[in-house]
Amino acid sequence: MRLNVTVNGTARQADGVWEGESLLSALRDHLDLPGSKNACEQGECGSCSVYLDGELVCSCLVLAAQADGRDVVTVEGIAPGEGELHEVQRAFVETGGVQCGFCTPGLIVSSHDLLARNPRPSDAEIREALAGNLCRCTGYEKIIDAVRLAAERLDAQPPEERAA
Amino acid sequence: MEILRPETLDQALELKAAHPGARPIAGGTDLMVELNFDRTRPPEILDLTRVAELTDWGRENGALRIGAGVTYTRLISELGARLPGLAIASRTVGSPQIRNRGTVGGNLGTSSPAGDGLPPLFASDAVVEVASIRGTRRLPVAQFVTGPKRNVLAGDELIAAFHVPPADGPQQFSKIGTRNAMVIAVCSLSVHLWPAERAVKACIGSAGPTPIRAADAEAFIAGVLDEEQLWDSRAPLGTAAVQEFGRLVERAARPIDDVRGTAAYRHHALGVLGRRTLSWTWNAYRREA
Repeated sequence: MRLNVTVNGTARQADGVWEGESLLSALRDHLDLPGSKNACEQGECGSCSVYLDGELVCSCLVLAAQADGRDVVTVEGIAPGEGELHEVQRAFVETGGVQCGFCTPGLIVSSHDLLARNPRPSDAEIREALAGNLCRCTGYEKIIDAVRLAAERLDAQPPEERAA
Repeated sequence: MEILRPETLDQALELKAAHPGARPIAGGTDLMVELNFDRTRPPEILDLTRVAELTDWGRENGALRIGAGVTYTRLISELGARLPGLAIASRTVGSPQIRNRGTVGGNLGTSSPAGDGLPPLFASDAVVEVASIRGTRRLPVAQFVTGPKRNVLAGDELIAAFHVPPADGPQQFSKIGTRNAMVIAVCSLSVHLWPAERAVKACIGSAGPTPIRAADAEAFIAGVLDEEQLWDSRAPLGTAAVQEFGRLVERAARPIDDVRGTAAYRHHALGVLGRRTLSWTWNAYRREA
């Protein structure tokens, strides 16, 4: 099957995608975008979180064919430019919200989605928004610190500079 | 494997009739797991996400008609005020990622007794609208689901929508699990008050082969409310009545022992949920006055 999909703003094409393949496999194995991680393949861990037409989804639960002609943003598309970091990414680095790093891409995308919808989330709202992203290293406290920090910094920016 | 990609409901029904073995997919939260783990290889997959009609909702004869493809996220944000019980249950489904994709149509299609969207539908006497090229039929949700992961859908049929009356009183849903997100219910309970009908409807989830209406508990509490004229006085419900309601809910369950919990625990927990959800809804009804 041929897949046509816009990924991180660029029209991409992949041939030889199996009909039963997930969007996650298509991104990793056909489009050279290994940022989205393959862990549980059943929507439990959130490591494969991406935007599909602006909505946060587990790419392992999207059939690649369902993304045909649609718009996907992966963790590789979150930073404003090459060699730069988004405030959410910077906050994860600074607070130590990263240990082994496997869950981090999914948490970055989920945190980015939360702050786009809700710029000043309460702790309860952060926990609910990140409930579908599992981390087995950090104990989550540093991750929640990172989201709080990113929220503060993004909120202090003038609206036109706010990328979240 | 072939992917069928209809853009209208008519096209989808034509394709389903021509390929009765095709597995429909919407949010993919069930089917993709089967595909990813090599548990199924259907001859065709029928992608319903491009069928705009399935994602509409509106009013019809005083009830809400909700397309099978409306996601849990939209049920919460767009219909939460009209369907509070279903919205509370929807909020317990998975995670934001899952709620952005998963649909009540999928819960109906899978017909798992643990589907969190089902008890609120049973406690609302919802009606399922099933379509095929032969026409449309509507049946009560309790007749639609026939057993664990079994329902009345024929090979050429698709779930088009469900019809549910908007709440006219408080509704609650409560679920037991190891955490507040990402869990399949150990057991759950919906309790809906219908003041205009003078009825209390309760449905147990994940503690039997299908969701189960707690008919004896409903009849008992309806009798108490009627006899003591509580619908009008909005006076507190007696402790004995609340406890008896919980006991009858507990008795209505038909659970098994499985990896998520024992039958004995589920019976016990449902008694607690029965007392709690009845108290929550009745206290909310009293505050409405």
